[in-house]
Order: sequence, then structure tokens, then C-alpha cells
Amino acid sequence: MNWTAIADYLPLYEKAAVLTVKLGVLGIFFAIIIGLICAVIQYYHIPVLKTIAGFYIELSRNTPLLIQLFFIYYGLPKVGISISPSVCGVSGLAFLGGSYMAEAFRSGLEAIEPIQTESAYSLGMSRMQTMRYVILPQAFSISVPAFMANVIFLLKETSVFSAVSLMDLMFTAKDLIGLYYKTTECLFLLVVFYLIILLPVSLLGSLLERRLKYAKPGA
Amino acid sequence: MQNLGLEVLFKGKNMIRLLGGLWVALKISLISVAISIPLGILLGAMMTWKNPIVKAILRIYLEFIRIMPQMVLLFVFYFETTKAFGWDLSGETASIIVFILWGAAEMSDLVRGAFESIPKHQYESAEALGFTRAQTLTYIIIPQTLRRLLPLSINLITRMIKTTSLVLMIGVVEVLKVAQQIIEANRMTSPNAAFGVYLTIFIMYFLACWPISMLARYLEKKWR
Repeated sequence: MNWTAIADYLPLYEKAAVLTVKLGVLGIFFAIIIGLICAVIQYYHIPVLKTIAGFYIELSRNTPLLIQLFFIYYGLPKVGISISPSVCGVSGLAFLGGSYMAEAFRSGLEAIEPIQTESAYSLGMSRMQTMRYVILPQAFSISVPAFMANVIFLLKETSVFSAVSLMDLMFTAKDLIGLYYKTTECLFLLVVFYLIILLPVSLLGSLLERRLKYAKPGA
Repeated sequence: MQNLGLEVLFKGKNMIRLLGGLWVALKISLISVAISIPLGILLGAMMTWKNPIVKAILRIYLEFIRIMPQMVLLFVFYFETTKAFGWDLSGETASIIVFILWGAAEMSDLVRGAFESIPKHQYESAEALGFTRAQTLTYIIIPQTLRRLLPLSINLITRMIKTTSLVLMIGVVEVLKVAQQIIEANRMTSPNAAFGVYLTIFIMYFLACWPISMLARYLEKKWR
């Protein structure tokens, strides 16, 4: 292990890690919004929109991010839709993540039994109140494990961004290996930086999961 | 209507070549799935052992594999082990080994989760009815675990297929690589080929994974 090389590469990796996290967080943010919209559409069985949401979810869950990015980045410009690599990365991640988030939220909403809603109505609560005070708090704690798993999954998926020439961690590692052939050092830094990003999220996930276990109805 | 570059697909053997490329990806994932599922079940069963040392080692190994992006695992394995041990590894073999390691880790986590989801009273009721330990497992615990496990492991297959698209990055000639070659070769005659070809691959992957995930969803609903 060549430590001077590692010290030399460190700033490059730091920059790449910042970019990775930035794009990842943005992508996850939009994925949550898309997921919430789709989950609400499916929960209330809104006609037409429900079919569209279902189609989108199947399409995005059953194709890999790499293919989606290739299509967005290399395919779409041919029909006149040209976007920058970072917009492409974020929109790809949002397209992929939206469906995973929708499934997580929907399973949380559907886990709340109808008796809860009915009881709330019979107590004279309005539709909005039922949602706000009865359903959402319970649905939230049920969907947290799946939600955190999705966040980790999406952060991991950002490693594909290098394919559309974004200077993320993967790209930096590949680039440096190609330039200097210090494979061991480059890959070591790559693993370390991904651990720095992903380990805290994973720990937070298991902490939340343990805390929220007691919030489940009837447990 | 703009030229969508779809005509490239019908030239020569291009469609057959694309399908051949998809088959390479599918083959890698099917081999890895076939080996990693039994391996994962074994590891998952070992996770339920009480021995703290075995448990700790397994836990660290599994968590590390599961937390690393698969792309990183591929790179580390492909470049680093070949350098460290001096063996000559083809991209395909390297990717199969990585996917086995990763799949086994994921599978073992599913197995552990399925075992833990069986409530304690199932064991206790069986014992109260006079079942022996082996009988409890064969007649009560394993059938219930399997029901929970099967849809999840079928989902793992689609995840595996989707992840194989990454092997492009370590130089395996699979569907994306073939697509790039086709697009390059037809650059002059149909400059818009990228749209049509990548769209086709997108649909191909969808058609490969969709029936499998529908099956998983069906079983999940049926056995709830």
C-alpha cells in the first residue's frame, strides 16, 4: 500500500464523494415525491391515473438503472431531448426510485386495516383528520424499514453514474487506475469512501427499525 | 415523424446479436442464482446458530457485501484478486463469482428474516402438542418459512438479472456492448440508431424481468 499516493488521491475522492452524495440526495428527494404521488393515486384508486402509475411502476422496477441511463443519455438526444449528465443522473435515479418508494409507501398505507378508518369516521373525524391523525402515523412507522432500504439501494445505485461520464467515486477510481495503475490504492479508497457514505445510513436504518418496532399496532 | 433508428435492428443479424448479448447476461445471472440460493439458505441457517463467533464473522461478511455497490464488488474482485493471486480471470467468471457472493449474502438475509418472522408461539404450541424438534421443523416451521421465502427469492432473481447489466463495466460482451458495436457500425447510415437500439434493450430487459416479478407477486398474494 502506497500511502503517499493515497494522500495525493484523497482530495479527488472527496470531490467525487460530494458529487455522489449530492446527486444521490437530489435523486432520492424526487423519488420520494414521485413515490408519494403514485402511492396516493393507488391508495385512492383514482381511475386512469391509477393505470398510468401501475404501468410506470412495473416499467421502472423491471429495468436496470444502467439501461435507463443509457437510454436517457444516449438515446433521447436523437429525438431532440438533450440533457446534461447530472440532470440525466438525477432523473434516472428519480425514475428508478419513484417506483420503489411508491411500493414502500403503499404497503404502509395498505397495512392499516379498514377498521381503523371506520372507527375514526364513527368518532366523527373528517377524511383529512383520519388521514393525518390515524392512518399516516401508523403507515409511516410501518414503511420506515422499506423506505430506509430503498435509500441505501438508491445510494448504491449511484455507482452506475460513471457510465454517463459523471465524475462520481466510481469514475474517479477508474480514471486514476487508468492513469497510474495503482489499482490497490484506488480500490481501497473507493471501498472506504462508499463505507463512509453508506454505513451511517445503514446504521440509522437499523436504529429506526428497532425504535419503531414498538409503534406497530397490537405488538 | 423523425427517424427513430429502428431500421438498424432489422439489418443483417443485428436483432439476433442483441438477443445473444441478452442471453450472456441472463446466463450469468441464472448460474449465479442457481448456486447462490442454496448457499444463501445454508448461510441463513448458520445465522440462527447460537455460536457468537460464527455469528459475528458471518454478520460482518454479509453486511459488507450487502452494503457495497455491486459495481464496486465487481471492480475489486476483477482487478484486485487477479493482481493479488496472479490468476487469469475472465470478466465472465469474475462476475459470476461476485454475483454468487452477493446473491448468497442477500439470500441469507431473506432466510434469516423468514425464520425470525415465525412467531414464537408456533414453536411452543408444537411442543405442547408433543412434536419433537425435528417434527416441529419439518411440519410447522419450514413450510411456513418456504411460503414467505419463495416470492422473495423469485424477486432476487429479477434483481440479479437487472444487476448483470453492470458486467459491461468489466469488459464482458453482453447486450449493452453489442448495442454499442451496432450503433458504432451504423453511425453513417443511421445516425439515430442509439434511440432505437437502447429502447429495444430497455424493452428486452423489461420482458425478461416482468413475468418473473408478476409470478412473485402472484405467489405473495396467494400465500399471504
